[in-house]
Amino acid sequence: MTATDPSKRASLPIDPSIAPPGTRNFRDAGGIPADQWHADQNGETLVPTHCCFCGVQCGMYLRVDKGGKVFGVEPRNHDINRMRLCPKGINAYQQVNHPDRLTAPLMRRSRDEEFKECSWDEALDFTVSEIRRIQEAHGNDAFGLLGGASLFSEKTYLVGKFARVALKTKHVDYNGRLCMVSAAGANKLAFGIDRAGNPFSDILLTDCLLIAGSNVGECFPVMTQYLWGARDRGASLIVIDPRETAIARTADIHVALKPGTDSAFFNAVLNVVIAEGLTDEAYIAAHTTGWEEVKKTVAEYPPSRSAEICGVPASQIVQVARVFAGADRAMAWHARGIEHHSQGVENCLSVINLCVATGHIGKPGAGYGTITGQGNGQGGREHGQKSDLLPGGRSIGNPEHRKQICRIWGIEESELPGAGTSMMEMVWQMQRKEIRGLIGICNNPFVSLPNYAVVKDGYDTAEFHAQFDFFLSETAANAHVVFPVTTWAEDEGVMANAEARVVKHNKAQEPPAGVRTDTWVICELARRLGAGKHFDFPGSREVFEELRVASAGTVNDYYGITYDRLDETGGIVWPCPSTEHPGTPRLFEDGRTYHPDGKIHMQVVEWHPPMDAYTEEFPLSLTTGRTVAHFLSGNQTRRLGALVEQTPRPWVEVHPSHGFRNGEPVRVVTRRGSEVFPALVTEAIRPDTVFIPYHWPVPTSANALTIDALDPRSKIPEYKVCAARIEAAERVDEVPAPPTPPGREAYPEAQVSRTDPLPPTAPQGRGTAERS
Amino acid sequence: MMGRTIFIDPGRCIGCQACVSACRECDSHRGKSMIHLDYTEPGMSVASLPSVCMHCEDPVAPCAEVCPADAILVTADGVVQQADTTRCIGCSNCVNACPFGIPKIDLQAKLQMKCNLCYDRTAYGLAPMCATVCPTGALFYGTLEELQAERPGVQVADSFVFGDVVVQTGVAMVVPADKVQWPVPGGLPVVEINGKDVR
Repeated sequence: MTATDPSKRASLPIDPSIAPPGTRNFRDAGGIPADQWHADQNGETLVPTHCCFCGVQCGMYLRVDKGGKVFGVEPRNHDINRMRLCPKGINAYQQVNHPDRLTAPLMRRSRDEEFKECSWDEALDFTVSEIRRIQEAHGNDAFGLLGGASLFSEKTYLVGKFARVALKTKHVDYNGRLCMVSAAGANKLAFGIDRAGNPFSDILLTDCLLIAGSNVGECFPVMTQYLWGARDRGASLIVIDPRETAIARTADIHVALKPGTDSAFFNAVLNVVIAEGLTDEAYIAAHTTGWEEVKKTVAEYPPSRSAEICGVPASQIVQVARVFAGADRAMAWHARGIEHHSQGVENCLSVINLCVATGHIGKPGAGYGTITGQGNGQGGREHGQKSDLLPGGRSIGNPEHRKQICRIWGIEESELPGAGTSMMEMVWQMQRKEIRGLIGICNNPFVSLPNYAVVKDGYDTAEFHAQFDFFLSETAANAHVVFPVTTWAEDEGVMANAEARVVKHNKAQEPPAGVRTDTWVICELARRLGAGKHFDFPGSREVFEELRVASAGTVNDYYGITYDRLDETGGIVWPCPSTEHPGTPRLFEDGRTYHPDGKIHMQVVEWHPPMDAYTEEFPLSLTTGRTVAHFLSGNQTRRLGALVEQTPRPWVEVHPSHGFRNGEPVRVVTRRGSEVFPALVTEAIRPDTVFIPYHWPVPTSANALTIDALDPRSKIPEYKVCAARIEAAERVDEVPAPPTPPGREAYPEAQVSRTDPLPPTAPQGRGTAERS
Repeated sequence: MMGRTIFIDPGRCIGCQACVSACRECDSHRGKSMIHLDYTEPGMSVASLPSVCMHCEDPVAPCAEVCPADAILVTADGVVQQADTTRCIGCSNCVNACPFGIPKIDLQAKLQMKCNLCYDRTAYGLAPMCATVCPTGALFYGTLEELQAERPGVQVADSFVFGDVVVQTGVAMVVPADKVQWPVPGGLPVVEINGKDVR
């Protein structure tokens, strides 16, 4: 049965008898389950699915007209979001039949030529011949593959398998490397399992919620319902963020620390917790290792010292310690704000140390979690797309793990390559001509990687570059071949959200003529490379069956999760070892972790300063982040009229003490370059910090300025802090329109907003909204 | 006693404009939003506030009262509808009369448009689109009892003072508990009128 089968759809024709009698008084009407309501009788159907964007994975219905086309959205009463949606989710459906969709492969033999539409055979043959040419001349590892965390887990599994079995290269990685790998690394070190410890619903049960480095209101708006739900019960809210964000504004304690000082702060909090006797010694003794070393280290971080490092009052550190440790049940959730650092793993470990030392772990309302940026940031690395992992989270360096996967894939162990390098390192290797060819699948590094000049140079140096996408992204515009692939609404597959809850996306419409699924393209390339017998997958369903088997018995066990079970439930949280198993929403309830000794391995964390040194020339911290209307590199959202209208361009947030007026052009200079943005003058940011949202390409790209320094363990770039200065400028450079595919006009509505010459009084969301 | 209505809780608003996007999706005025999102202290704070039609009850809908074409109808259950397209002459009287600044005029179409509390949805017992999607509950649709069950101790006000006029509305606003005895100040600073403190 396919997802387009009418019996799968939650369509109910309007029946006059379901309107309550006497509905003249609408305020007393009621009784119809809201998600069973239907807009009209014109053959419209609702397809249950999930949002394609962030790691919350809100349930939604796509409205499909009688011609089978997606044309709208209807809220869905799913466990995760209970009808709620954010503006990105509401507008997401508009990309499905957007005029900018690529509907034929594009090809050119050199970057000096214009793109021309071509047949699928031509595009595939050219790609395969280039792969062969490069690999014969320079070895298999001269070709690389970069996947994406917006892909369904089935496709991420295929990407990892394709790289190792068809391309036979060790160079495969994915853009989740820019997302939550620091948290993943920390969780693995401490608990032996790479996921959040608690479901979102546990937030409603907590007495104290600590949010570190997460602008929940703009990045994960639907999660705020859990925050306010906890507060309705009387929970305290602590927010650690250099900016006064919408949730920080109402927090009990808002610690506006200097970017890049998080572990110094958390070490000091733990220092106070110990000094005031607020640790849970019984829990520590029974369930942890490494406590004595941690204790010794945090002794070096008294509040007075950390207060100086972090630029916050010592009294706030003491206050946070008392409130968090003193609560019956406390939770800590964090996101990129503490993870995007050259010590991202250590920052996350310092939060974990605090949770563990206070015994706030493995209980309803007590634990930790990381909020995933991308829809499948969690699932994207679980099945072998990351350079050092094999399916089921197995290590590629572990002989036993290699043997297991080779058996499932039907290859010799000697044929399986070892660990490759990370996404940013692959770009450096392209600069050095160690990697000469690359396939990118649903990622846009020209906007999303730090230090744009280096990224551009790396890609320009590559002899061959192919890209899969459904819009012509800035990165795809650099390619030799672009494969037009499906959106999330034209295929089925699973994603794992920030809770590690596996949810199923259903197919709502047939892809436009000329567009193929990523699965089809990968399998077809594999067939032409002579590895067809390993890639005989008609669709996602068959890939998922192999993925289930490949994950069986691992920590990331999906074996008990089936499409049918997912259709019947609101999602299942792995590990789920059997088809009778209910899933594991909360970890460590029995006090045991996934390390062989069952203990939590507490890790010593020493703070060190950010990689980009402050000097007289560069005295300020530049930090970056998201805005609510856009998603990551903006390739999808910068084309949707309503979202462009809401936030047409980036800005730089500066404190009034710098003397700029709102909207005035400000040049932001770092050691990587300089760009001009309209100023958003606000007291909601530290005087020593400036902020730029990162969704736009050059010449107003935050990532043209950020540093390509990496965390040594997770290899995540240090997006959240670099040294900068600001100065007055003449004018703001105009935001360029996204590249237009050949033969198509840009989306008119978005274009109008984009060419508007003046920045609004307050660029995003801080001024009075325009009234028409 | 208030029936099902919208309760606005500005303290929870994160300024995401999901309500604005959702309002555009509503079938009765698809493509246009009837919600305003205001930022109250730009440069000082990120505080924001959604404004929907307050469905004035006393005096009954100033917009409807001043309409020379009788285009704005008020239903028996108190919903102030958007202008009847066959009657509206696009004169903007309603825009000037509304103390909350809600109605919009499409000058080209000579047509007034405003929030009609998603009558097409609420008539079937559903929440309006904006309150359905609001990620934070800054827009809540239901009864006062339902609101208070979800948010213990919450207090609301449904009257607003504009100079010496008090307007009672069908839509209510969450206010601090100590303010609930008094009408919420409206669009103008509260002043004494003829020596009388109207608060």
